[in-house]
Amino acid sequence: MIAFVLRRLLQGVIVMLVVGLIAFSLFNFVGDPVSLMLPPEATQADRDAMRQALGLDKPFYVQFVTFIGNAVQGNFGISLRLGRPVSTLLVERLPATLELAFTAAMIGLLVGIPVGVYTALKRDSWVSRALLTTSLVGVSLPNFLIGIFLILIFAVWLGWLPSFGRGDTVKIGLWSTGFLTKSGLKSLILPAITLGFFPVTLIMRLVRAEMLEVLRTDYIKFARARGLSDRAVNFGHALKNTLVPVITITGLQLGGIIAFAIITETVFQWPGMGLLFVQAVQFADIPVMAAYLCLIGLIFVVINLVVDMLYYLVDPRLRAERGGSGGH
Amino acid sequence: MPAATPDAKPLLQVKNLRVEFNTRRGTLVAIDDVSFDIAPGEVLGVVGESGAGKSITGTAIIGLLEPPGRIAGGEILLEGMRIDNLPAEEMRKIRGRRIGAIFQDPLTSLNPLYTIGHQLTETIQTHLAMSMAQARARAIELLAEVGIPAPERRIDHYPHQFSGGMRQRVVIALALCANPQLIIADEPTTALDVSIQAQIITLLKRLCRDNGTAVMLVTHDMGVIAETADRVAVMYAGRIAEIGPVQEVIHNPQHPYTAGLMASIPALGHEVERLSQIEGSMPRLNAIPTGCAFNPRCPRVFGRCTVERPSLLPAGKSLAACWLHAEGSVPLDLNKDWSEGAVHA
Repeated sequence: MIAFVLRRLLQGVIVMLVVGLIAFSLFNFVGDPVSLMLPPEATQADRDAMRQALGLDKPFYVQFVTFIGNAVQGNFGISLRLGRPVSTLLVERLPATLELAFTAAMIGLLVGIPVGVYTALKRDSWVSRALLTTSLVGVSLPNFLIGIFLILIFAVWLGWLPSFGRGDTVKIGLWSTGFLTKSGLKSLILPAITLGFFPVTLIMRLVRAEMLEVLRTDYIKFARARGLSDRAVNFGHALKNTLVPVITITGLQLGGIIAFAIITETVFQWPGMGLLFVQAVQFADIPVMAAYLCLIGLIFVVINLVVDMLYYLVDPRLRAERGGSGGH
Repeated sequence: MPAATPDAKPLLQVKNLRVEFNTRRGTLVAIDDVSFDIAPGEVLGVVGESGAGKSITGTAIIGLLEPPGRIAGGEILLEGMRIDNLPAEEMRKIRGRRIGAIFQDPLTSLNPLYTIGHQLTETIQTHLAMSMAQARARAIELLAEVGIPAPERRIDHYPHQFSGGMRQRVVIALALCANPQLIIADEPTTALDVSIQAQIITLLKRLCRDNGTAVMLVTHDMGVIAETADRVAVMYAGRIAEIGPVQEVIHNPQHPYTAGLMASIPALGHEVERLSQIEGSMPRLNAIPTGCAFNPRCPRVFGRCTVERPSLLPAGKSLAACWLHAEGSVPLDLNKDWSEGAVHA
């Protein structure tokens, strides 16, 4: 177990170094930062001085190591657009995105799993068929379109819910939360549904397919032959066996939700990291883009690590100590 | 050997059972007019080729036929009470409590994600009013009974930590949890090593004798049947071809199919140059011939066989579905039909 975690951590570090390299190379794609930062009438001597001051005269690998060293300490420089430290900006924006992503993931699980189980157990009912058809729509409709429809119906026509922003937030330490105010919760509903729609359909279809598979296995037939109740068979035995793939997909989806919240955040003007990133792209604000890239990379690596460890909790075959077992 | 007296009140009665599968190509009759009884404590062997309907009969009795399969006719009675038309919840209470089941593959019969202790106590508590501690004590007792060493420790192990033979012992313990009156054992040893098979059969036989449990033993292994069963039913194309006391069926078969089946089994100590075989193969369910299903392959076929279906007729000490016995219960010596050099039709 420990060896496994260490191996995974090492792999994670390698992934992060590669992500860091890509983020670092962004700086070289948009021309010479010195000429951007100095006024056009600056002399060559000014440029050289600036270059030296910024460490840009050093060889590539030295610069990269410096970049990684700073990044590890959370120092990604100053935003070109807003003139404030990038790390401060991200810390300000992170709670909004994480709360939105968390809510969307919860919707995905709390709706996706029960609906998936239902459609698997009542395979031939018309409700199942209707749900499956709807899920097809959910898989195929682009995210922003769902968001715009929801705004049109619930914000414009019905006027029940706000169409943009995050409402009032409460600050708890560094974290600003929208969970504690009425307007914050109201503002959360539409973007969370928009962002959660795809995970719901994906998880539901996955759970359904896995359940159908598991329900055909011998141990389910044997569980029924032992006279266990339908409830014990379906939920105790069958559902647990579908969880491993569901955990994988949900984990990856959570990363995806955070990363692709960009579109939902843009549609709803949600003050999260995604919106920050989109604005950064428009202004070629490289430090923000690089930091965002690294942060998303880190989130994916962490989620994957957690998912792998969850397997151990669910599946005893993985946590079995080697040796000492009866063998096959 | 107790119980197996023929005049005892039957524990299980299957009367004219018919199982159909509705498919897109029409209705397939998997089990057609099958009747037999099992007495308390009796071991009934059910043999036949793959697809003869052995397993489906067992599955139908415990009410676990998967759609599109369904019981289309006949009755199944447990101690005189009909169980084939019970509501699902009532039938569930019979499964595991009064009729236990053991399936072919012990490697896949246990849920890999739960300890065997969990699976045992769960089954015990489903059927018997026991506290967790009582159920656990009973589970350890059962594991010891089926010959699992160090059951107090092994009870907390997961299925993958057991070998195939040990897993089948656990499966047997699970089937015996609530002391059922009948166990339906569907090929309980087929997936196991030959050396383990004998152990498992001996165990099953001993436990059932000790508890007075009747067994319906479905297998295609005549050796296992000869060792274990009191009576044997031979199935062919979804029908019973012959049913009778085990030694009688083996040594003095009264249906040409049974005779052919016995002749095709290699025996130690007999020098035979070639094993005899029955020409052709069992008909598919959508192409069962009229009359006797065996008539295209039968060396003794005659006019009546191709037009009229024989029901089970008295034949010596057995019952055989064969028109050769239409004249009365004269035992026939069919063995020579399949001996070497016999000319087959």
